[in-house]
Amino acid sequence: MSVANREISPRLGYGATLAIAALWMVPFIWMLVAAFNPESVGAGMASLVPRYIPTLANFAEAWGSADFPRYTLNTMIISFGILAVQLVTVTLAGYVFARIEFPGRTICFYLFLLQLMLAPVVLMVPNLVMVAKLGLYDSLLGVMAPYFASAFGTFLMRQAFKVIPRELEDAALIDGANVWQRIGFIYLPLAKPSLIAFSIVSVTAHWNEFLWPLMVINSPDLRPLTVGLASFTRGAEGAQAWGVIAAGTLLVSAPLLIAFALFQRAFVNSFVSSGIK
Amino acid sequence: MAREWRVAKWRPRRTTMLAFAMLAPSLLFLALFTYWPVLEVAWQALHNQRKIGGPQVYVGLDNFLKLFADSAFRKALANNLVYAFGTVVPSLVLALGFAMALAKSNRVNTLVRALFFLPVLIPLVAAASIFLFLFLPNVGLLDYHLAKLALSGPNWLGDPDVALYSIMGLTIWKNAGYYMLFFLAGLQAVPADAYEAAILDGAGPWQRLRYITLPYLKPTIGFVLVIGLLNVVTQVDHVFVLTKGGPSDSTNLLLFYVYQQAVESYDAGRAAAGTLVMLALLLAITASSLRTLERSFGEREA
Repeated sequence: MSVANREISPRLGYGATLAIAALWMVPFIWMLVAAFNPESVGAGMASLVPRYIPTLANFAEAWGSADFPRYTLNTMIISFGILAVQLVTVTLAGYVFARIEFPGRTICFYLFLLQLMLAPVVLMVPNLVMVAKLGLYDSLLGVMAPYFASAFGTFLMRQAFKVIPRELEDAALIDGANVWQRIGFIYLPLAKPSLIAFSIVSVTAHWNEFLWPLMVINSPDLRPLTVGLASFTRGAEGAQAWGVIAAGTLLVSAPLLIAFALFQRAFVNSFVSSGIK
Repeated sequence: MAREWRVAKWRPRRTTMLAFAMLAPSLLFLALFTYWPVLEVAWQALHNQRKIGGPQVYVGLDNFLKLFADSAFRKALANNLVYAFGTVVPSLVLALGFAMALAKSNRVNTLVRALFFLPVLIPLVAAASIFLFLFLPNVGLLDYHLAKLALSGPNWLGDPDVALYSIMGLTIWKNAGYYMLFFLAGLQAVPADAYEAAILDGAGPWQRLRYITLPYLKPTIGFVLVIGLLNVVTQVDHVFVLTKGGPSDSTNLLLFYVYQQAVESYDAGRAAAGTLVMLALLLAITASSLRTLERSFGEREA
């Protein structure tokens, strides 16, 4: 039996945790209260208790002063475009590391491991040169390309494939299934939880990414949400329009927060399984 | 006989070719955006471009000398150390505390866990937009409520002695819930009998923590330390929105310094040298934790 269903901390610790949880919520509560506040500017914006009739004016202003629909579309293209390519590359590489013995395997494994610590943003300067050389500067494809291979996804899929009994594959082999059929009909269906976990972590990471797209994108209408929000905030900060900033921030954060509310368990599990096994 | 020999030789080679064919898409992108850039940045660090579009001139270690002579860089390096230690350790301790307090699965705990996890889901720039108002002098969220208690806060982002700690507060807020998930998973592996036996032996809560919980969680702690340290080198979006590294470089971090050198000063050589220093740090972090990483990604039992 695990300790999951037993109280392992003293009551005092539990009380403190609940108090800290309340504190943790304050920035979110402020965002909500300020976003619906009819007085977007001035003193009293710091109140955490709404003493007003809620209005959507801040959202209207934020929506109108920055092209949020286009930013959202760009972010969706980036996140799901990266994911689509990754699902292919990590499945193939994961299968190789899980099932095929070949000379050079250990070296390849360490070459992949290298990428785990070298987030593309660390290499942003040479990567930008590479993106420019490939003619991808100021394009969504330029933002996406460095993420098409994922060491993390490869290792996650490798773990998932390894626990699938080899006998299943052998049986399919005897029936004459080629390697693509074996992957498509045996491995992928059985590794679905890992595929979902990887998808959630990947989309979340790229939905939220900022500095790398900021480097690659020059045209305003190619900006993703994060870059759009940063420049929008800079503009509204000068005007001290805090209600509008709160509304814009809420607009940008809402998609993932709603997805989390709907699929809480999947989110939590995916973040945990992205860690250790 | 001859035929057997052919089969034996031919099949492994075919398997090797298949393996490399399947690795090829990944290796192509890794070569373009990881291996080649590492070589490129090493070359860049040893060269300078006197004028835009001009030839690259070999300058030896000149860029590194200039880098370490730059007080802004030394400041960024020192800041990053303070920032790393001052965010990873508190986040880790908080995360462990949250996980232990919320280990029991019930409706309330599930909700509270979700509250701690929310900051993980919003973009770092969105968190920074909120904290911009939180740290605003006088009318901001913190100062406004401190004033009600007849307290006055420092100039959160404007005082060079305080600004880095303000930013660290945001980082802890953003990450503690993420690390909590790993500890929640790790706690599942602690056998309940161990606690029961300890209670029978009269062990108090601190002894149980020290002799049962922590030893069982050792791999989790190691893992969280590694991802925490990798995170503090690779995330600077909040610096960009909140302070741009100021005032007087008090919140500059390595990655943001590199960004400034590349984008604002157009000093490719110095940016490359700075990137190499970051790479060295990341390598050191990873190398010192290779065992933890290998265990997580499971090459060993292969």
